[in-house]
Amino acid sequence: MPEKMEGIRIEIPSRYKVNIDREKCKICKRCTINCTFDTLSFNGERIVADHDNCVACQRCSAKCPQEAITIIDNQMAFPFHAAYDERIRRIGWEQASTGGVMLASCGNDLPYPSIFDDLVLDAAQVTNPAIDPLREPIETKCFLGAKPAKLEFTETGDEITLKTNLPPNIELSTPIMVGQMSLGSISYNAQIALFKAALEVGTLVGTGEGGLHPDFYKYGKIINSEVASGRFGVDANYLKKVAALEIKIGQGAKPGHGGHLPGEKTSKLISETRMIPKGTDALSPYPHHDIYSIEDLQQLIFALKEATRYRVPVGVKIAAVHNSAAIASGMVRAGADFITLDGFRGGTGATPRIIRDHAGIPIELAIATVDQRLREEGIRHKTTLCAGGSIRYSADLVKALALGADVAMICTPVLIAMGCRVCQQCHRGTCAWGIATQNPAYSQRLNIEVGARRIANLFHAWTEELREICGAMGIDSVESFIGNRDRLRYVGPNPKIADIMDVKHAGEAWG
Amino acid sequence: MAKKKMEIDALDGDKKPLRYWVLNEKIHNAADDGAKHIVVKNVLGQRFIADCMEHKDLKIDIHGTPGNDLGVFLSGPTIEVFGSCEDQTGNTMNAGTIIVHGNAWDVTGLAARNGKIFVKGNGGYRIGIHMKEYQDQRPIVVYGGCVKEFFGEYMAGGILVALGMKIGNNKVEEVPSKEVVRGSLGSGIHGGAIYVRGEVPEHYLGVAANIQPFTDDDLKLLTPILKEFCKYFKMPIENIWEREITKIAPSSSRPYGAYYNPRTV
Repeated sequence: MPEKMEGIRIEIPSRYKVNIDREKCKICKRCTINCTFDTLSFNGERIVADHDNCVACQRCSAKCPQEAITIIDNQMAFPFHAAYDERIRRIGWEQASTGGVMLASCGNDLPYPSIFDDLVLDAAQVTNPAIDPLREPIETKCFLGAKPAKLEFTETGDEITLKTNLPPNIELSTPIMVGQMSLGSISYNAQIALFKAALEVGTLVGTGEGGLHPDFYKYGKIINSEVASGRFGVDANYLKKVAALEIKIGQGAKPGHGGHLPGEKTSKLISETRMIPKGTDALSPYPHHDIYSIEDLQQLIFALKEATRYRVPVGVKIAAVHNSAAIASGMVRAGADFITLDGFRGGTGATPRIIRDHAGIPIELAIATVDQRLREEGIRHKTTLCAGGSIRYSADLVKALALGADVAMICTPVLIAMGCRVCQQCHRGTCAWGIATQNPAYSQRLNIEVGARRIANLFHAWTEELREICGAMGIDSVESFIGNRDRLRYVGPNPKIADIMDVKHAGEAWG
Repeated sequence: MAKKKMEIDALDGDKKPLRYWVLNEKIHNAADDGAKHIVVKNVLGQRFIADCMEHKDLKIDIHGTPGNDLGVFLSGPTIEVFGSCEDQTGNTMNAGTIIVHGNAWDVTGLAARNGKIFVKGNGGYRIGIHMKEYQDQRPIVVYGGCVKEFFGEYMAGGILVALGMKIGNNKVEEVPSKEVVRGSLGSGIHGGAIYVRGEVPEHYLGVAANIQPFTDDDLKLLTPILKEFCKYFKMPIENIWEREITKIAPSSSRPYGAYYNPRTV
């Protein structure tokens, strides 16, 4: 690591400026208490701002009773250069100053085009009547787990009984689950809010690779425990008291990267949950050291199935990468009851920026190619295909389902529902909104009941919008909408994308 | 109520090995019925034996060669293997003891948090990788013989021991010092300690691994562990003290502390 040197830091203009309206400001100092990034302080006379530290999380502005604070972009003029834009220059200055690997969080913030935005939906006209979702039932229920290829019955007299052994399946009221966010990446209050909302909605929440705090065992029936390479918190309770298990191979925000919870964030609470000493780094190795092949993956899947004596579905999550379809085929053959694809816009509590922004592929392409491959191989029924890491709102959900996903997995949208301003500082652990922090003083800013209500509201709104879309297409069950790519049309600039997704171009009629 | 001691044959009526899920279900059921000592005979490569079992006072004897992942997620029982183990013995183990009267090959004790593994013979690669410890939970892995590269990689806690001996029925032979462990020893270690009987060449050490003085505290820590080892394999502890023990520990608990720049630009 480079040595610290006097004057080494390049003086960079701050990105944001905190404007304080001096006429309105009553110097109540509420903003200085609310700011968790050391930006605002009281100098004995008035409120002053260290603009360099501002991350535009908007906490001060929201909590100022006088509405005296405005955060603005610091619009300094930089000498024009189209290639070396301000962002590239800032990265260079920062790296020259410290020599460190740039750390980031949340998800990929670069303006890659969204393929979801290039897809439009069909609607029923004349020959296939639309359904009114307010008056007629449209089923959104779905099941997480492997499905049998066929059902066999035995008939004795008037009695008909099911002969086929059904693999374990979890009923979800709506095809949306909360993805994997650990206690560590998010706060205690945020995690309880998620659990409470999921109980009400009837869906699952992932634990992330953070273990399960004993306080949360009671939410077991809506919990999807993650088993990742560090095996943090994995014990008998973690495996046996929950509804589903998910092996994490990769994450959309950091394909091919492990995990690194810095010692500063290993508080007492985290130490109890991950079962590691307080203050130590929690390193998750990049690969699982018992998985170097599909056969090895099968071994861990069955170690988990044996551990739970085949009572819960066991899934596998990978980042969406170039070879996802072939890998997914192997995962299903290895016995994954559900597979999760995590797209390159997926979120994270901390990852090197270089990986967050540049590795992986868009989820739309991964969903379509994996669904296609599994259908071609006749093994699509053996798994539930979950997709996450780019599903921003209900329109993306609808299109993801039409492309072939059974269930959407969301994280950033539920954080936004809890009031996240997407300032992308989760890795700093000082979230001013009490969401991505382990500081109890900040964490308690998040009201659990209100947070849970807001998440449940979000799920309700998305589910109703999904019903609206299904109704408009004349489809009365979400399950018959899944993989229905003929109801999508492509309007984007690159027909190759439409080809890969097996979606027709707008203007082409039913085939 | 079942008998306290139960015997399970891992061969079926046609003398073919039982599939692992059939055998394991038999073991689970015997334990759930209250058996305290289960003897499994003719084991031939069946995986996941005693997977996540939590019965604290249960003893399982295994005759033959169990397959990979013996005692994976183990949370209580004692397993004694009269034979050799394959890979991943005691994978992500949480409590209990595994005694192996033979060899136990790659990645033994992977990510274990607690429990003890005693192996009479030799081991393969990446043994004790990412072991960790928490409060009074501290995993212990002792090999009587030698191990291969990456012993104690990523180690975050616990105790790993390699003694470098060939333990026979009535005699104990020594293995040359430089064959006890191999290269990349303790690579990425940030907690716990590795004890190697004999000298460890400097170039064997992996990233962040350091040779540290073997003190009285280390001796106090190791003595009961080695006594337990000697009890299982019926050998006098004096044999062990005939050679000096080298201690390898992390150079820092935060080896990557300054690696990242958290500022957003």
